Amino acid sequence: MISSRLFRSASFRFGVIYAVLLMASATALALFLWWATAGLLERQTEAAIHADAQGLAERWAEGGLPALVMTIEDRMTQNVDDDAIYLLTDPLMNRIAGNLQRWPNEASQVGVSYEFPVMRAGMRSLAHVQRYDLPGGFHLLIGRDVEIRAHLRKMLTDALVWAVVVVCLLASIGALLIRGLFRRTLRNISATTTAIAAGDLAQRVQLSGRGDEFDQVAEVINDMLERIGRLMDGVRQVSNAIAHDLRTPITRARTRLEDALLHAKTEDALRAAIERATVDLDGIVGVFQALLRIAEIEAGSRRSSFRRLDLVPVLADVIDLYGAVAEDRDVTLTYVAPEHLPAFGDAALLQQAVANMVDNAVKFSPAGATVRLTARPDSQPGAHAVRPSEAHSGGKIEIEVADQGIGIPADDRARATDRFFRGETARNTPGSGLGLSLVLAVAHLHGGTLRLEDNAPGLRAILTLPVPDDIDPAKRLASESNAVVTPA
Amino acid sequence: MRILVVEDDKDVAGFVVRGLKEAGHVVEHADNGRDGLFMAASEAFDAVILDRMLPGGIDGLKILETLRGQQNTVPVLILSALAEVDDRVKGLKAGSDDYLTKPFAFAELLARVEALTRRGKGDAPLTKLVVEDLELDLLSRQVKRAGLKVDLQPREFRLLEYLMRHAGQVVTRTMLLEGVWDYHFDPQTNVIDVHVSRLRQKVDKPYPTALIHTVRNAGYMLRAE
Repeated sequence: MISSRLFRSASFRFGVIYAVLLMASATALALFLWWATAGLLERQTEAAIHADAQGLAERWAEGGLPALVMTIEDRMTQNVDDDAIYLLTDPLMNRIAGNLQRWPNEASQVGVSYEFPVMRAGMRSLAHVQRYDLPGGFHLLIGRDVEIRAHLRKMLTDALVWAVVVVCLLASIGALLIRGLFRRTLRNISATTTAIAAGDLAQRVQLSGRGDEFDQVAEVINDMLERIGRLMDGVRQVSNAIAHDLRTPITRARTRLEDALLHAKTEDALRAAIERATVDLDGIVGVFQALLRIAEIEAGSRRSSFRRLDLVPVLADVIDLYGAVAEDRDVTLTYVAPEHLPAFGDAALLQQAVANMVDNAVKFSPAGATVRLTARPDSQPGAHAVRPSEAHSGGKIEIEVADQGIGIPADDRARATDRFFRGETARNTPGSGLGLSLVLAVAHLHGGTLRLEDNAPGLRAILTLPVPDDIDPAKRLASESNAVVTPA
Repeated sequence: MRILVVEDDKDVAGFVVRGLKEAGHVVEHADNGRDGLFMAASEAFDAVILDRMLPGGIDGLKILETLRGQQNTVPVLILSALAEVDDRVKGLKAGSDDYLTKPFAFAELLARVEALTRRGKGDAPLTKLVVEDLELDLLSRQVKRAGLKVDLQPREFRLLEYLMRHAGQVVTRTMLLEGVWDYHFDPQTNVIDVHVSRLRQKVDKPYPTALIHTVRNAGYMLRAE
């Protein structure tokens, strides 16, 4: 149970992987070192024996037994290191020449290397020999005393084995360290997400500031948390709205109906009450529809209906629709826009957003005031040249609606786009408090912004929409003017 | 007119059927998709009011698609609680002539159904609309009342044209908003009332009889007194 849980832990796994990799590399290195040193000594011995055997075989071929015996004697006297071993015997294994007293029992086959202890000059020693059979039944044993080399090999082997053991120990300690490091890095993220899972949505993952992969993950998580937070706020706002803002008109409608049921004396009075209650209910339905529409826009699914459009006729329609209303209220509605204003988006939504802005402006304007609707491309072609990195950022379109009405106090401006928010000064004007929420939702859907500024007196609402680069009006103007210049 | 109502909610269906009968129509009712499709396909109606979500395995859109697949061009109004823009688009794409979302005012439903059946009668291309002494020439885009020229803005002209095309029928504010301005949302302020009142100033006020009438709780109607 514990072991399986331990192995599921990524930090443990990373630690183990580190340790195994380090141990395997260390072992491979040790084996190579052993092969390159101890192994080399052995191969040198084999080579020397082989060379000796070839030399002696040549002597035998040239001069037969006497030449061979002489050569063996010579080689033994010339052997400075005193490590050469020779033994030549007759077919009955009786010694003819060499420095071994008798034929060792171990050397029974030709072509095999033997290693066994021998007594040489009263000293125990280790011999490495090979047996050769000569024509006529003679036997020859050639070898080297490898006592010193064997010592060396043992030392080397011991050192390497110890080295591997030490490396294994170090690897285990390293694995623990890596595991700790890994856990410490993750603990930050895991603590935050645990706190959020427990309901504390304000928590954010702390960045180390190194900009590494962990920081990148943390940033993505923080962005995600921001978005979740905003969505949660939206849900909370809607629940609050249902709790407060919808309860009021529902109460009113219900009261009217119940009052009529209890107190209406005539049919006319009953009808009037029902009619007014129906109007109240229609108002509630309207609020619901506005809420759902905002939710629909915020969900972003309408983005699939985006297409290229010219904003000018859209704005002209709004002016046309509200011009009469403004005139009716003795408010002047002016409209300034270029000839064409290419944009990318949902025409119906943009129209509704601008209509809401104009509706607000006209509604809150006193008689004799002016409402200005201004639309303009807001891109600076000069800036592109200075900052080439922004050359593809595209331009912007600003749609500004400025009125001379009561405005929104600076403290309230940030909350003016909240659902159902109604400023103190706006309490007596009809409205649901959803108009600017919808404008903001449309702005966000299009990747734009909504700014509310003081128009002293009044309010200036500025809807900014980004324009994709290929239909940027400023760019097109620039290219058109170039086209004019070229023939001249 | 013969109208088929396909609606499974007893209260809504009863209300609609009663109202349509009071308005002088002959009404048939089906409370599930299977019967609705059968009746719509086998009998001749002047209009069909269709709920989208129906019991019986066949929903409103399916009925509509089947009817249109059989080259049945009966005018269909979808009456649905599915109110998102996409739902509306889906309904119109499937071949409905109008789309009304629940909850609805009966006056709105009645006005729209009556407007539908007028539309369904395959108008020959009109060049002139005449109501009493009011004349609207669609070709020269001129309006005359009692032989005198009335100067109208382009939008006022379209508003009057819409009212005259539906002369004798109730036209709701939403119908005007959709038909004249192509707006599909509630503009909060009573913009339509302002526009109609301006039109009245030019078309009705200088003359002894009014042609544009306000229908209480419903909308407007252009008719001879």
